Amino acid sequence: MMGGAPFYEFGRFGEGTSLVIAVLLGIAFGWFLEQGGMGNARKLSGQFYFTDLSVLKLMFSAIVTAMLGLFWLSWAGLLDLSRVYVPETFIAPQIVGGLVFGVGFATGGLCPGTSCVAAATGRKDGLALIAGMLAGVFVFGEAFPAIDRFADSTARGAWTLPQALGLSQGTVVGILVAVALGAFAGAEWLERRAEHPARPMKLAA
Amino acid sequence: MSDAKAAPYASPYLAGVGVGVVLLLAFVLMGRGLGASGAFSSVVAAAVNTAAPAHAAGNAFYSGYLTDGAANPLRDWLVLEIIGVVIGGLASGLLARRIRWTTERGAGITDRRRFVNAFVGGTAMGVGAKLARGCTSGLGLTGGATLSVGSWLFIIAAFVGAYAAAPLLRRAWR
Repeated sequence: MMGGAPFYEFGRFGEGTSLVIAVLLGIAFGWFLEQGGMGNARKLSGQFYFTDLSVLKLMFSAIVTAMLGLFWLSWAGLLDLSRVYVPETFIAPQIVGGLVFGVGFATGGLCPGTSCVAAATGRKDGLALIAGMLAGVFVFGEAFPAIDRFADSTARGAWTLPQALGLSQGTVVGILVAVALGAFAGAEWLERRAEHPARPMKLAA
Repeated sequence: MSDAKAAPYASPYLAGVGVGVVLLLAFVLMGRGLGASGAFSSVVAAAVNTAAPAHAAGNAFYSGYLTDGAANPLRDWLVLEIIGVVIGGLASGLLARRIRWTTERGAGITDRRRFVNAFVGGTAMGVGAKLARGCTSGLGLTGGATLSVGSWLFIIAAFVGAYAAAPLLRRAWR
């Protein structure tokens, strides 16, 4: 049985509705990021000093939730997985870009999405990071003609872990759930060792 | 607003499940996931296109974000999603009394130093995210859940880069 989802892909609604959905999903995304403390750079940066591993817990909980949802909806025939966008793989640029991104993440203490939540809740460092992001994108854009060969190299298309590892989707999903549970246990152990996680900052004197 | 009344943050596991449900809804409704850095790209591309249209048209990176001719970022899905993120973050912060016009930093550095770090870190993330074609949202969450190989390579590389740089920046958060 062919499923009805993704609804936009099957023409159930038009572009105007899709843009309203973008705002609504964004509101819910921003809500949960703020609820989890992701608008606070001091809390986020605890991730890199093993004092507060909320970033890892939140990211892996989100990935596992959506991954299991996709898997079950597809298995039940309610969603056509082939119509769901898979970010394309460019091996070398994504490893190098990831390293540069990670250095920036530790330096800035927020990522692009969470910087918007930080700014929305009055954190001036969030605004500075947004300005830096815009500058970085501009630098990349200006440099693009010189580095496009590298940026477009080692392209593998919509390549998935089940394809790369020669395993079924269910097996890979199971492995990732196990890895996430192990990571959660490790995170709890590290936090217990590091006594007190960061709280919202006291009003500056 | 009194600081004493700020509500504690929710469990990161619960907040993560919430983000995961939102991400799943995006897949079910739209067939695409969440993102963030793409919105920044659309804004920069539109700004360059306004200031120097010929320059933008001759650059494959900018022109890739100006496809529908109108080049209006307010018709871009990710820009609208990010406007939503700002609204949602503000609403959550208001209800939990966590809105503060302040700067989050360690006691060992000044506000100005913190702004420099945030700007430099943001610049590095802008370059890194564009080279990788995504950030912690578009690759980390969306690609993570759709089992994209490149996304998982990006996630691992980003944590390696962050943990390599963190010891040099310890003072900024103490």
